[in-house]
Amino acid sequence: MNYQPVIGLEVHLHLKTKSKAFCGCSTEFGKEPNSQVCPVCLGFPGSLPVLNQTAFFYAVKTGLALNCSIAEFTKFDRKNYYYPDLPKNYQISQYDMPIASEGFLDIESEGKPKRVGIIRVHLEEDAGKLIHRDDSSCVDFNRAGIPLLEIVTKPEINSPLEAYEYLTLLKSTLEYLDVSDCDMEKGSLRCDANVSVRKKSETTLGTKTELKNMNSFKGVRDALAYEIDRQIEVLGSGGKLIQETRLWDPQKLKTHPMRSKEEAMDYRYFPEPDLPPFVIAKDKCAQIKREIPELPRQKVLRFMKEYNLSAYDARVLASSKSNALYAEECLVNYSGKDKKQIVNWLTGALLSQARSRNCPLSGLKVTPSDLIKLVGFVEKQQVSALSAKTVLAQMISTGRAPEEIIKEKNLSQICDESSLEAFIEEAIKENPKSVKDYQQGKQNALMFLVGQTMKKSKGKANPKVVQELLKRRI
Amino acid sequence: MELNALTAHQLLKEIAAGGSGSRDIVSGLVARNKQLNQRVKGYVRLDDSGESLIDDRSSGSGVLKGIPISVKDNICTKGLNTECCSQILQGFKPPYDATVIRKLKQAGVCVFGAKTNMDEFAFGSSTENSCFGPTSNPWNLECVPGGSSGGSAAVVASDQAVWALGSDTGGSIRQPASFCGVVGMKPTYGRVSRYGLIAFASSLDQIGPITKDTRDCAILMNAISGHDPLDSTSVDIEVPDFTESLTGDIKGLKIGIPKEYFVEGLDKEVKAVIEEAMEKLKSLGAKCLPVSLPHTEYAVPVYYIIATAEASSNLARFDGVQYGLRNKDLKQGLIDMYKRTRQEGFGQEAKRRIILGTFVLSHGYYDAYYLRALKVRTLIKQDFDRAFRDVDCLITPTSPTPAFRIGERIKDPLKMYLSDIFTISANLSGIPAISVPAGFTRKGLPVGLQILSEPFTEGMLLRVAHAFEQNTPWHKEKPKL
Repeated sequence: MNYQPVIGLEVHLHLKTKSKAFCGCSTEFGKEPNSQVCPVCLGFPGSLPVLNQTAFFYAVKTGLALNCSIAEFTKFDRKNYYYPDLPKNYQISQYDMPIASEGFLDIESEGKPKRVGIIRVHLEEDAGKLIHRDDSSCVDFNRAGIPLLEIVTKPEINSPLEAYEYLTLLKSTLEYLDVSDCDMEKGSLRCDANVSVRKKSETTLGTKTELKNMNSFKGVRDALAYEIDRQIEVLGSGGKLIQETRLWDPQKLKTHPMRSKEEAMDYRYFPEPDLPPFVIAKDKCAQIKREIPELPRQKVLRFMKEYNLSAYDARVLASSKSNALYAEECLVNYSGKDKKQIVNWLTGALLSQARSRNCPLSGLKVTPSDLIKLVGFVEKQQVSALSAKTVLAQMISTGRAPEEIIKEKNLSQICDESSLEAFIEEAIKENPKSVKDYQQGKQNALMFLVGQTMKKSKGKANPKVVQELLKRRI
Repeated sequence: MELNALTAHQLLKEIAAGGSGSRDIVSGLVARNKQLNQRVKGYVRLDDSGESLIDDRSSGSGVLKGIPISVKDNICTKGLNTECCSQILQGFKPPYDATVIRKLKQAGVCVFGAKTNMDEFAFGSSTENSCFGPTSNPWNLECVPGGSSGGSAAVVASDQAVWALGSDTGGSIRQPASFCGVVGMKPTYGRVSRYGLIAFASSLDQIGPITKDTRDCAILMNAISGHDPLDSTSVDIEVPDFTESLTGDIKGLKIGIPKEYFVEGLDKEVKAVIEEAMEKLKSLGAKCLPVSLPHTEYAVPVYYIIATAEASSNLARFDGVQYGLRNKDLKQGLIDMYKRTRQEGFGQEAKRRIILGTFVLSHGYYDAYYLRALKVRTLIKQDFDRAFRDVDCLITPTSPTPAFRIGERIKDPLKMYLSDIFTISANLSGIPAISVPAGFTRKGLPVGLQILSEPFTEGMLLRVAHAFEQNTPWHKEKPKL
């Protein structure tokens, strides 16, 4: 039977504000437990929340970037539930009047464009973190009160890969907006997924499960793939699915049940009386809109058009704002006709070096102008492709200009015939048999002679020029 | 007269004249406490010596330098126990001062360490729902002082305090002020910061003064009012000098008499006192006009839905994890610890309100109760908006009855809830209201007159209350103890 998965994603991300959502405590990650707390984020009796304006504006900015309509009037609500990481036993969140709603994000999956609808974007506070020990559990409230943005998609994603592409583009969009670090390892981005399957002919939604505990985008993709297979198997064998929450086990690569819908909690939402409703001024909204930079999707399309890049190259380069900036400086100043020459360096050696160092391209000590110079040397055959890699490695570790390194390491390639003449002469003299073999039609013999000549030049001869000269001589 | 019997403005004159100092005032109060606290029981955590730690870490040069204040047990005082008279907050010493306390300290006021008794978490109208036991009414020790700020009203009335702070969610300042024969004001919602007031119902709570006369009320309002960046619901609006409203002149003022407040259930003697007050105000040149507040009858049910809903959420944090009481039996896990702690720590009325509030917010009931209550709340507010188009203020009895006997209503919550029938509407609509002594019953129990006016016109309340006070003897009467 042919089943179609239907997926909706719920992303929670920490906003990159200096202070927490409702108090002045620092949001810095990795500090000593309970060192960044105050009566407000500890929920002490008598304390009151005061909204962090920056967090609010970041939420508006994100909503605008996701093509949402921004509520003119919005409010906060209390979500009531008991948990020891929740100091007040309620979370300040938004229920029926989110800051932003009804938007979309255009993604591309397997070469095809796809529009993923966004239901809502709302602001809330994070909870603390439980640390379990052998005989006890401790709570670290440093995270309690950090502003969280929740972004919920419509159930319009139809494959684990689409989900992966959505998350990737969402993350890069948020990084472009500079509103979040989006670091899943630090917990600054978390994702839950709702998934169901239905026969392709059906229009109603099947019974869904909610997946939690995925700690990477790959985890989301794998968990969804597993869960879709599981659901199809249950249905295929005549079974029935139950609506439940399931946890992804990244070791066993399986999902297992956590709680069923019957056990679902009643959060008793009601308007937060400690925070008056907010009116978002139209001109403030317009000002925030003006501050939104060119976003990754637009950048990809422009790179393809302006620099004639392939979709793949454009996406790789535009995936981070800082890399895109670096790449564009290279592309603009590179005078060669075929941008592919410099793009290959950017997406290849340079990006892999940056990734292994966990830094952006700009963090590699190689300025765009030096990179352009290096590519120029290769093109003019003043340095071999192989040597150029050595030069780049030096540039990355020292930050020195390519010409200096080439000169110092004596890596420049010998192209001019007169300089090569002597090496060729010697090679011919020393290998008469190979000369004869070549003359009798053996192509390999020529390659051997090229190799011998290269050896004599200590690798600096340009092999193409050597080959041409040899052909002419024998 | 003894120092402890004086008002704050009289004491300030004393101090300015060099007659006495802060220490004399405090020792006068201590002596009075020693004599009376075991009988009135207005203060909690106060031993027989009558002495308590005085927090006088004030900045030194304030206008209220040297004047002590007594504070209700639900207003945070740094390092001093603040327990809302609940076992669940046993031993809780806030690491910070409420904004009102910070402001008062800056003005030079010193804070009396023993806090005043109250109904647990301000849930009640008699101060009987306190884990420390009830406070007695200084005018008749067998009667309640009203509530929930009964301790504050009783210590002011019995001269065990110069003045006091209370909190008012449905009448908790005005009703005890009325029962104890003192002045009590609930300011406009947003006039005084709630930061550091342990919340009962956040959209209704206000801190306010309980004083021996209207001048003290104005002086204390000057000290505690104003926008606070720590309270998003406090309003950034100019605070006038309230003492300037004490002109004594109310000629030509239009005073509304809401007919819905003079109906069945209103005690005859109370009614007579209020009618006499009306005549007095007329004789001072005011015009009394009948007005109607048609949604008055819904105020009590609406209040008990909204207030309990908010309370159920506000009190969720008392779970034994971070502070206060914790049931040490952890064998059956965390949820069990929550349950045991809350079962042990909360009194009956607190439990009743938490359950009621949880119910009205529950899935499937929200629209029928909470949402509808919010809509009716708007109608009640609109009643006042309409009335204030025609009149400058309204007068009503503060409470339908004088102080009742201890134990008389505690078994009948509904009857108890009706004690606040005249005061609740001001909280629901956010308007300011004051209660001033207006006379006595034949048995010698005080009766209070309530005055209500538009938001942020506490000056109007003080002007009318002051004119009335200056032309009547009631505020000068003292209970014989």
